[in-house]
Amino acid sequence: MKQVELINLSKSYEKQTEVLNEINLSIDEGEFFVLVGPSGSGKSTLLRMIAGLEDITSGVLKINEKVVNHLPPKDRDLSMVFQNYALYPHLSVEQNILFGLHAKKVAKKEQQKRLHETADMMGLGSLLKRKPKQLSGGQRQRVALARSVVSECPLCLMDEPLSNLDAKLRAHMRMEIRRLQKRLGLTMVYVTHDQVEAMTMGDRIMVLNEGKIQQVGDPITLYNEPANLFVASFIGSPKMNMGQAKIEDHHLVIENELKIPLDLTELLKITKNKGLTVGMRAEHIFRGEAEETTHLLEVVNVEQLGNETLLTFEIGKELWTAKWLGQWQVSVGNKVPVNISMKNMSFFDSETGELIKAASTPTNQEVVAI
Amino acid sequence: MRLSLSKKIIFYILLTISAVLIFAPAIIAFLMSFMSSQDILTGKIIPTSLTLDNYIQVFDRSPLLHYLINSFIVSFLIMFGQLILASLAAYAFVFLNFKGRDALFFVFIATMMVPFEASIIPNFQTIRDLGWIDSYQGLSIPFFAMAFGTFLLRQNFKQIPKELKEASEIAGIGDLKFYFTVVLPVAKTSLITLGVYGFLSAWNMYLWPLLATTNDEVRTVQIGLRQLQTQEQLNEWGIIMAGAIIVVLPTLVLLFLGQKKLQQGLAEGALK
Repeated sequence: MKQVELINLSKSYEKQTEVLNEINLSIDEGEFFVLVGPSGSGKSTLLRMIAGLEDITSGVLKINEKVVNHLPPKDRDLSMVFQNYALYPHLSVEQNILFGLHAKKVAKKEQQKRLHETADMMGLGSLLKRKPKQLSGGQRQRVALARSVVSECPLCLMDEPLSNLDAKLRAHMRMEIRRLQKRLGLTMVYVTHDQVEAMTMGDRIMVLNEGKIQQVGDPITLYNEPANLFVASFIGSPKMNMGQAKIEDHHLVIENELKIPLDLTELLKITKNKGLTVGMRAEHIFRGEAEETTHLLEVVNVEQLGNETLLTFEIGKELWTAKWLGQWQVSVGNKVPVNISMKNMSFFDSETGELIKAASTPTNQEVVAI
Repeated sequence: MRLSLSKKIIFYILLTISAVLIFAPAIIAFLMSFMSSQDILTGKIIPTSLTLDNYIQVFDRSPLLHYLINSFIVSFLIMFGQLILASLAAYAFVFLNFKGRDALFFVFIATMMVPFEASIIPNFQTIRDLGWIDSYQGLSIPFFAMAFGTFLLRQNFKQIPKELKEASEIAGIGDLKFYFTVVLPVAKTSLITLGVYGFLSAWNMYLWPLLATTNDEVRTVQIGLRQLQTQEQLNEWGIIMAGAIIVVLPTLVLLFLGQKKLQQGLAEGALK
């Protein structure tokens, strides 16, 4: 069942600056849906429009099959978690959690029952009498989550809830939020600018840039088959290696530097030979074993991550990164043998940015379904 | 800051002299209120004998107690009136969206440039036509609307994150409930500051109570104090000073209490 439906939704300020442009989208019940995009892409505005905090310029917004364009936020049956948590500083944790229930005229007994259930679930049992300023960042985050859970609304909106936490806690809270959502069967709309958060948490992701939908899909599809150059460079870390390419006497020439013999089976799908951009994931630049070596590249930077090694090469104006599993003792200036082949490349139209052909082998290990 | 001993001594001497100079009138008044009129007329500063006669006399000769009560009533009325109106106006200027809000606010602020004395004649006519001369409402209502208070509270309310308002909206909490349960408690410090300020300026008012009253029934204490001075006879300064000390007392008490409250309020951290 469709929980939220957006039909040609647009937002503009003073009828001039378009913030969101003809957004069409539907979010299913029980889905963890992530809106991701760089700052200023309109993702928060979209969330606030769903919440009812922002007016809709044109288009239709449906929640539970009902048009809610002009419904005030309280009648939309949703809860929201804000970036700065929006806890009431003068109220205790308990009062903060129960704040909304008074307004909804929930019986006292039921309030207490929900409070204790939620507090136990969130591990807040011993903190109920404290004030928000006496809590750590992670605890405040949990109170904000508890407030949203206790309302028992089927739809939960989150606006960058983890951006104020440190990296370690963020990774932990990511998992907690995800587990909570699955356990309670909530429909979640989650806004973030962090593509790692989007990849790890979302059932489906929508990439937004300058008010336009770039791509909607599950995380792996977005990673393997990015619809355009923007998605390709936005999703994945380290970011996809890109380069201008052209076809010259039976070779694919990237950035006027890297020459790769044409693979005819791959070529069939590429009809264009002008204005071509190639993209290649870092893990697809393999280390060249004896006869598989296609190129010798000079290393300009090495990053040791312990379990893997990132090597950076200079290809024309671009910097390309290779990700090799394991620890490799390479120093800057060394020439290393690599294997670069056309079958691992995605091809984009340089003018429109659209994908022409995705890489044929998504990962070096075949996708395993368990 | 670390100072050498000689510098320290110089600073302390200078500070002591200026403190004495600034405080001298108050000290002299305080001492005079305990002196007999003989001592005062001979120009002594240090009393030869201490007496409470002046204090007894001042309550005997004039309805000072009645004036004090009047002053309390009027000052409290003005204080609460100002707090209610200023906080409601500030709430509208911060949390409600309406066309021309900012323009209206600037007009509002601009009224601060009009001194009260300039509006005293229209105010007087209004009060007179309403038949409010010699009444508490006539003394207090003209001071309820206060641009400064609205300005002060607006600045304070602006520091309340707008997410709090939005979270309330989603939870279904209306403006009035948000105002009472969130805005007022969070802005407690500023409300107390404004309350103390409003009370003190009302307590010290002289011109308006003089114009708006014709009998002793509702007169405030500042006028009562003026009445202790006479035109015909020789002034009994001891009695006048005793009256002045009594009038100053509530102000001082309020300041001390208010200060303590203020510090408490300030110590309470805001969000995050």
